[in-house]
Amino acid sequence: MAAYALRRFLSLIPVLFGVSLLVFTFVHLIPGDPARVMLGQRATPTAVERLRKELNLDKPLFLNFKAFRESGEVKKLFDSQYLAFLSRTLKGNLGRSIFTKVDVSRELRARFPATLELTLGAMAVALLAGIPAGILAALRKNSLWDLMVMTGALVGVSMPIFWLGLLLIYIFAVNLHWLPPSGRLGLGFNFEPVTGLLLLDALLRLRFDVFFDAFRHLLLPSLALGSIPTAVIARMMRSAMLEVLSQDYVRTARAKGLPERVVVWKHALKNAMLPVITIIGLWFGTLLTGAILTETIFNWPGIGKWLYEAIQARDYPIVQGGTLFIATIYVIVNALVDLSYGLLDPRIQYR
Amino acid sequence: MTVAARTPTQQALKRFWRSSPGRAGLFIVTAFILLAILAPLLAPYNPTKDRNLRARLKPPSIEHVMGTDELGRDIFIRVWHGARISLRVGVFAVGLALVVGTLLGLVAGYFGGWLDMVISWLIDIMLAFPSILLAIAIVAVVGPGITNAMIAVGIVQIPVFARLARSNVLSLKEQEFIASARALGATNARIILRHVLPNGLSPIIVQATLSIATAILDAAGLGFLGLGAQPPAPEWGVMIARGFQYFTTAPWISLFPGLAIMLAVLGFNLLGDGLRDALDPRNVR
Repeated sequence: MAAYALRRFLSLIPVLFGVSLLVFTFVHLIPGDPARVMLGQRATPTAVERLRKELNLDKPLFLNFKAFRESGEVKKLFDSQYLAFLSRTLKGNLGRSIFTKVDVSRELRARFPATLELTLGAMAVALLAGIPAGILAALRKNSLWDLMVMTGALVGVSMPIFWLGLLLIYIFAVNLHWLPPSGRLGLGFNFEPVTGLLLLDALLRLRFDVFFDAFRHLLLPSLALGSIPTAVIARMMRSAMLEVLSQDYVRTARAKGLPERVVVWKHALKNAMLPVITIIGLWFGTLLTGAILTETIFNWPGIGKWLYEAIQARDYPIVQGGTLFIATIYVIVNALVDLSYGLLDPRIQYR
Repeated sequence: MTVAARTPTQQALKRFWRSSPGRAGLFIVTAFILLAILAPLLAPYNPTKDRNLRARLKPPSIEHVMGTDELGRDIFIRVWHGARISLRVGVFAVGLALVVGTLLGLVAGYFGGWLDMVISWLIDIMLAFPSILLAIAIVAVVGPGITNAMIAVGIVQIPVFARLARSNVLSLKEQEFIASARALGATNARIILRHVLPNGLSPIIVQATLSIATAILDAAGLGFLGLGAQPPAPEWGVMIARGFQYFTTAPWISLFPGLAIMLAVLGFNLLGDGLRDALDPRNVR
């Protein structure tokens, strides 16, 4: 298992190397001089030149053959844009925003808790709604309940998230005034976060007014973001449950005279959860990195919205740093999900 | 009474007709395609000329069944014509992903070795990015617009088909009929195209149908963010984004295009489920 885990993580290195190449090349695929594009048509030549120097744009892209020939030093061969980018990235320096000059890695750290909180909220929705719905549909197969759950699940995966978000805002914020339409916390709260996860921080500081308000803000975006995983988990749970219920050991349990309650909740559910847990893990990674539309609609100050705005503004250091960060998180979460198979299912052996 | 022997195709057709999601999906998708094709014949429409400021922001009525938007345009006719855009995006994007992805997967799985390593590496890199982020980034490089959005949405789907085709080849490659084709002296290209591809087609067809649904959703998302089709094109995502500004007073502007997206996506999802029931006999529920 340990050897497999090590191998699984080592296999991430070539992928992340490729990701860094792609993210780096991305800026150079845009037609024209990146410095000129970033600063706009009216920038002075000195400003453009300064930015070119700052971003190492005056050096060759991958290998510096010219400097190598002129000096004869091997070290000079690696005096290129990509290797400078790689070495500072490995040191955790993702550069600065062109417009706001804010440090990209610091900003990512500051915004990550908001994205994490939204993801956890959406996963909570997906688990609390999806798992019971799937179990219900499986136990009452071909009943009206089953039909309703399966239809609901299909509608859930077919709805555009941004449209669902707007509907939720219209119904619950604009018309009913039950919940706030956007943001993480109402105005007028004097609150210093600890971890950045507002619900947790509020509990740590025993500020129940903050907890309640943050919870109200979290509800609608969590519902919107959680809609698709809810539907997927419900379908998965149903089919896993049906599969398990037809197994021999369930028949044995029933034949032994165990009450149906014990058969379902103790024997069947435990085994049916295995594939569902995998799906949950994969969706956790997807939501953590893919909440761009939801964050934009609900004005949620997370990574997705920030990245989208940076793409629109052509703030390339943010785009590069943010994309690299997201891709790294995504592949790590997926590797962890892979490894969890072995921990959860003793039938799987890694070699 | 004689019982006719059934060919696999007839069996699959029969299974498809017994699958109610399949029937519902086929109905929705057929209606969707017919509406898209017939739109210019039954109701010619020019989005650049359509203005009627006296009829701004009218709620649904008999005259305008889905109401009018901020420029007094009839939403019903725009939603109808939007079907053409979404259908084109879905088919084109998935066509691109299908051809490129399947070829990459076939080549990687069939030849193996370093070719497989390189292709699998590229696929893993693409899968490291969330699809909507990748699509947004591609459009940011090539510029916004409906054609670029189609390409971006298509590129994002390539890994799905590549993986599917690759795993198909890997399982088919060892079978006897492939070995006998090789023994008969068939070329690699012939074996891949005439023997491997047709036998591994079922899961690819199912995936293509489901992918059209995803492509329509992704393209609408790009349109909504201002990166896909541009106004005044009656694209559903663009219409939702424009209606967003009038959402508190005129929710119908965004409501109906969203319903249209949902219905179209639902249709392709149902059809995909039905095809899976029909083409994969192991999957009998």
